[in-house]
Amino acid sequence: MSTVIKGGLVIDQTGERTADVVVDDGRIVAVGTDLSGDEILDASGCVVAPGFVDLHAHLRQPGAEEAETIETGSWAAIRGGFSAVVAMPNTNPPIDCAAVVQEVLALGAKAPCDVYTSGAITVERKGAQLAPMAEMAELGVRLFTDDGNGVQEAGLMRRAMEYAAGLGVILAQHCEVDSLAAGGHMHEGEWSSRLGIPGVPAEAEELMVMRDIALSRFTGAPVHFQHLSTRGSIAMVRAARQAGVAVTAEAATHHFTLTDEDCASYDPVFKVNPPLRPADDRDAVREGLADGAVDAIATDHAPHTMDAKERPFDQAPPGMLGLETALALALTELNLPVAEVVGLLSWRPAAIAGLKGVHGGPIVPDAPANLCVFDPQETWTVDPHDTASRSRNNPYAERTVRGRVRHTIVGGQTVLVDQVMRP
Amino acid sequence: MKHLLSINDLGADGINEVCRLADLFTEVSQRPIPKVPALRGKTVAMLFYEDSTRTRLSFEVAARRLSADVMGFSVSSSSVNKGESVRDTVNTISAMGPDALVVRHRSAGVPHQVTGWTSAGVINAGDGWHEHPTQALLDCYTIRDRLGSVAGRRIVILGDIKHSRVARSCVMAFTSLGAKVTLVAPPTLLPPAVDSWPVDVSFSLDAVLSDCDVVYGLRVQHERQAEALLPSLREYTAQWGLTVDRAARLPVGALVMHPGPVNRGVEIAPEVLDQPNATLNEQVRHGVAVRMAVLYLLLAADPDLHPEGEAS
Repeated sequence: MSTVIKGGLVIDQTGERTADVVVDDGRIVAVGTDLSGDEILDASGCVVAPGFVDLHAHLRQPGAEEAETIETGSWAAIRGGFSAVVAMPNTNPPIDCAAVVQEVLALGAKAPCDVYTSGAITVERKGAQLAPMAEMAELGVRLFTDDGNGVQEAGLMRRAMEYAAGLGVILAQHCEVDSLAAGGHMHEGEWSSRLGIPGVPAEAEELMVMRDIALSRFTGAPVHFQHLSTRGSIAMVRAARQAGVAVTAEAATHHFTLTDEDCASYDPVFKVNPPLRPADDRDAVREGLADGAVDAIATDHAPHTMDAKERPFDQAPPGMLGLETALALALTELNLPVAEVVGLLSWRPAAIAGLKGVHGGPIVPDAPANLCVFDPQETWTVDPHDTASRSRNNPYAERTVRGRVRHTIVGGQTVLVDQVMRP
Repeated sequence: MKHLLSINDLGADGINEVCRLADLFTEVSQRPIPKVPALRGKTVAMLFYEDSTRTRLSFEVAARRLSADVMGFSVSSSSVNKGESVRDTVNTISAMGPDALVVRHRSAGVPHQVTGWTSAGVINAGDGWHEHPTQALLDCYTIRDRLGSVAGRRIVILGDIKHSRVARSCVMAFTSLGAKVTLVAPPTLLPPAVDSWPVDVSFSLDAVLSDCDVVYGLRVQHERQAEALLPSLREYTAQWGLTVDRAARLPVGALVMHPGPVNRGVEIAPEVLDQPNATLNEQVRHGVAVRMAVLYLLLAADPDLHPEGEAS
């Protein structure tokens, strides 16, 4: 059975054109005018884009299925226009060996989007001993991170980079120096001072960014920086790229949308790590996404149960949902051309995740049919209860945003039609 | 006013109104039978998640002198030790119909969170490093009682400002009433971004001692040594302690205040606490009248903060 996406503006890295797109048997079979198919998806007034790729999703399985499962998180991804997500390894047990990778991939195979997994850099993400990266790489793991923890030891990070380079995989760092960040629960600054909440200084992130740029230059191995949140970090990455160091970076939607002032409500829904920063850092994240210093938008989708997020601010776990709101926040907050937003969400993260040719376009005959159709103009109000996620820790409640996903196609299957999930 | 979470909820007018009411309740407290029926039929629940002697007793006495019923809640004997969440405890206590919850918790912001889970009024009795508004109110009342007014006074707040909820509330209260506040502490015990606070900062007690109306000492805890915030308490006392020698250099009539409990010999010398310009016991005494005023404002019918035609 074929599907035709009618009348949309097709955007991929080769440019924009108004065209119909026909999908059949998992692949794009035709792009042109006046095409037909068995099923028709209306795309008038909409953008037809490569399915989005999230470099940073916490799917919580195995171990925290009360907050999210690979299946529910994947449906949240579908509703956000993502055809692929990279799962983070801070599960229980952590994804630090072939056995857990296999479990995640097996669960992912039944999920509506393509689920890739990262692997831990060190055993149990404890920063002491290298995890068996080669056996995980053999199963297709392309990105390794101790996300949630930064690798504290410079010597260990150097060895990890050298080892990873030999496998052709990339290391992704959660940049945070523990001895500066310990005990902190929000950005250290004017607001933490006023609210009496222990802070995490920007320098806790920036020192590790600085160190890993030096290690990347030294070893020649690529490093990807996760969820950069400060002006200093982004400036260092911009300069390093210009100097030819093999670094890439992502920014999370909340870091270009929210600020530390949001914590004044004491609602732990605004607690996240790295923390929300002042407006100047938020603006720096926007500038980095606009000028290319930052490669990609990531969601850092981090589900937590209601109970966990109703604890006192300093006892609640960090993290917020993001998959279903990423596109709308990018279109609403970034003031970038739609094509650039599409790039930040699709072909640029696809390249970092090693998914080129499978996800992220281009939208041409014979390419895998991983697509998303969205209306860039539709405005809507975020409702935390209207979600496919198992959790409700959405910090954008009552916020009016612009841009909404209509249809999502993964591997040729239409899994979202007019915002309705099709299992 | 429904809740008292922060001194900001009151502002200068509100603080003056509390002090005016506290004058009335001070008179009540001096009667042979120190009790009025103002809050008869009202119930005040105490939710103390952190050890407290003076604040808890002070609120209980204040509520009883207004004829309110008091519900006690002590963490050690409650289901909190069985892992009950704050929300569940608040829901349970709220189901018994209290009119106000007095909340003390070791984490900043818990009283704010509690307001979302109860229809009762919430009074912050100290939350983490954040605020302790009734302490600041009784301190304003004490300064006003001793010196006539807070406006124009030069107040030195001395000690561990960074970790002090009392300091945050006092800075707001004193400055909103027009006092000039100087924080004195080693830099490691100052809050981050202190330049955004409406205060002056000095690292030297000796530099400000002879030019102030009030020295307000804060407790310095032994843990600060382990956290590398202080080399030693000995060094702290030598540099920043209110010793007998330093107290002798205070201007005549300058007050020595402290919210208690005192680490005797660390932040203040025991002899200084016995001098007539030390107000620690007065602060505690005024605490009852001030908390009566706060409970009255929150719970009595139609407590208008700004009566028409009355200048503040």
